Amino acid sequence: MRSRISFAMIFVFLLLGQSSLGQESHVGTLVGNAKKGKALYQRYCIFCHGADGDGRGDSAPYLDPKPRDFTKATFKCRSTPSGSLPLDSDLYDTITRGVHASGMPSWKPLTRQERVDLVAYIKGFSPRFQEEKPAAAVVIPAEPPTSPESVKRGAELFQSMNCWLCHGKEGRGNGPSASSLTDSKGNPITPFDLSSGTRFKCGDSDQGLFRDLTTGLDGTPMPSFSDALKPDQIWDVVHYIHTLRASNKSQRSQAQAEPKAE
Amino acid sequence: MGIAAIKRVGTQWLLVATLLAVVRPAYAIPAFARKYGLPCSACHEGWPMLNNFGQTFKDNGYQLGNDRDAPIYQQPAYWPVMFRTTPNWHRESNDRVAVDKVPGQASSGLVETTISPSGFDLSGLDIITAGTLYNNISFFVQPFIGASGGTSIAQTWVRLDNLFGSRWLNVKMGKFELDEMISQERILTLSSTGAAYYNYFFTPPGDSNIFRGIGIPQLGVEVSGHSDNDYTRYSVSVLSSNDGQTGLPAGNSYDVYTNFAQAFEIPRLGLQRVGVYGYFGQSATFFQTTGGQPIPGTGMGNRGFYRAGAYGQWYLGKFDFQTFYMHGYDNVFLGNAVPANQQSQLPAGAAGPTWNGGFVEAHYTYNPRLIGIGRYELIRMSREANPSIRGSAGNLDTWTIGYRWYPIMSPRAGLAWVQEYSRIVNAGTAPISGKDDISNSFLMGLDFDF
Repeated sequence: MRSRISFAMIFVFLLLGQSSLGQESHVGTLVGNAKKGKALYQRYCIFCHGADGDGRGDSAPYLDPKPRDFTKATFKCRSTPSGSLPLDSDLYDTITRGVHASGMPSWKPLTRQERVDLVAYIKGFSPRFQEEKPAAAVVIPAEPPTSPESVKRGAELFQSMNCWLCHGKEGRGNGPSASSLTDSKGNPITPFDLSSGTRFKCGDSDQGLFRDLTTGLDGTPMPSFSDALKPDQIWDVVHYIHTLRASNKSQRSQAQAEPKAE
Repeated sequence: MGIAAIKRVGTQWLLVATLLAVVRPAYAIPAFARKYGLPCSACHEGWPMLNNFGQTFKDNGYQLGNDRDAPIYQQPAYWPVMFRTTPNWHRESNDRVAVDKVPGQASSGLVETTISPSGFDLSGLDIITAGTLYNNISFFVQPFIGASGGTSIAQTWVRLDNLFGSRWLNVKMGKFELDEMISQERILTLSSTGAAYYNYFFTPPGDSNIFRGIGIPQLGVEVSGHSDNDYTRYSVSVLSSNDGQTGLPAGNSYDVYTNFAQAFEIPRLGLQRVGVYGYFGQSATFFQTTGGQPIPGTGMGNRGFYRAGAYGQWYLGKFDFQTFYMHGYDNVFLGNAVPANQQSQLPAGAAGPTWNGGFVEAHYTYNPRLIGIGRYELIRMSREANPSIRGSAGNLDTWTIGYRWYPIMSPRAGLAWVQEYSRIVNAGTAPISGKDDISNSFLMGLDFDF
């Protein structure tokens, strides 16, 4: 009887393993193959994200912030609303662009097909990708022109929405709550230094910043402001954040250009 | 044995001696793996051979561009240093060695015989420190300690990266390997006869060109650039015509090396790359003398030479192929080892030697920890410098087959178990019979770096 149960467990395990390798991804006209993605994952990703995709690779103890735990299917950089799965293109863009101020580099030197294959394999670590569909991408309205009034409104929102509690009054990432923040796995996390002049985690364009404020960064204390703020107000905050970075413009200009998502 | 034959054999042995002197174990740099937490396989197809991610990292000035590049982000104790060496057992066999008929009696006459030494041995020791001095300023220092104790500065350079915020403008100065996508410094094979791309080091029999080949790091300045994914690359180097030797031994001429490569994606096959290169130089044919003795740094009578060709890197699933073609030419004075101020010494019918060569190297990457290697290389003389030299003198064929297994591949260190067999046939260079001279090499060892 015990051996039957063991065989059944092995069968289920193998079935699950196969199902994850049957996962596909779609980015543009490219279709990702999880089996090919597995070989790439073992070459490039396994030492940080771990063999099981749980973010516990050999290098993980030495990295800050910690590598993403794919089994949770919780991703910072998305175009979908908070709590939703990301689109395949979101994962592709993250692989292409890297995550700034982390150990995750840009993998743009890999071919497009290889990156899409990696997306297919990564999705296999969580059953959520088989059980749920990602929500539609948030709509990013056209950006109004920057103006002193817009910046002023953004500064007021930065205060009233308590952004400063984490990011600090000057955006230096040193607000009163900063030292006590943790991510969804309980690891200490540092708010982004908005004045550092370096690139943002999920892309450096104004549209990217608008998207981050709208979707939030899941798995971190950075919430979505889509319910609390209207689109025009979010643009005001984007414009204000630019003024925080301006103080360190020279440092920003020294940084290498951001690898562009495709 | 005639003078031409002696010269021919001498040249062949010089080639072997040159290779032994200049071919060092290639390298991977775990110091970078430690810095970024990435495994060897992220940058290397199988270390030390770079993949496109590793090539991009190198071309970016050893920067990933993720805000962790500058030394200020490292622990103060972090020192980007690594070493690499290979304890090994190897057997060498040469089937045409001239020996005294009676050992110890020079008067007994010479016969050809096979000599096959074997035993445990060490490769030399590479010590490398490399990284970034500051954002967009990278460096590389590589002292080398030979297995018999000799030391040399294999490479030392500083590179100003991403000038004016552009990847298309980088300037490197010092002693550096030439910009070769199929790198001699990162060759996967290590045995005595299999550790070199012979085309990279070839000079024809009897040739006096001080330049020993594009496989040797040279002294100069390099301007290079690349696209953000490294698919398009270029480089132009201006180099002192001293064959990478410090102290300006020849002293008064410059060479130019240039390389251009373009990669492209083919659906279901992956990244493919093609490139062209050329080395155009001058070499001294005589020197100012004092009492008949040459004065270093006074090279005169410069005569031209070039090496040029094309290459490709082709990926087909788990297979990849490297193809390489070279055409070479040396001026008639270089080819005949005649000073340019003594034209009358040129033999009748003398001409600048020309040759063609190339290789195909295949890899089968079963997984990042196991890679099989096979290579065939040939050189064919198309015109000898001296009509009295046999037409095939200088021709060679080599085969190498082996594998590397990486039981340890971590962000801290790498260890590879290596086994390989290599064979080289030098046409018509047997010292007595003039037959083909054949050498075989078998090596197995533990190649490790930390």
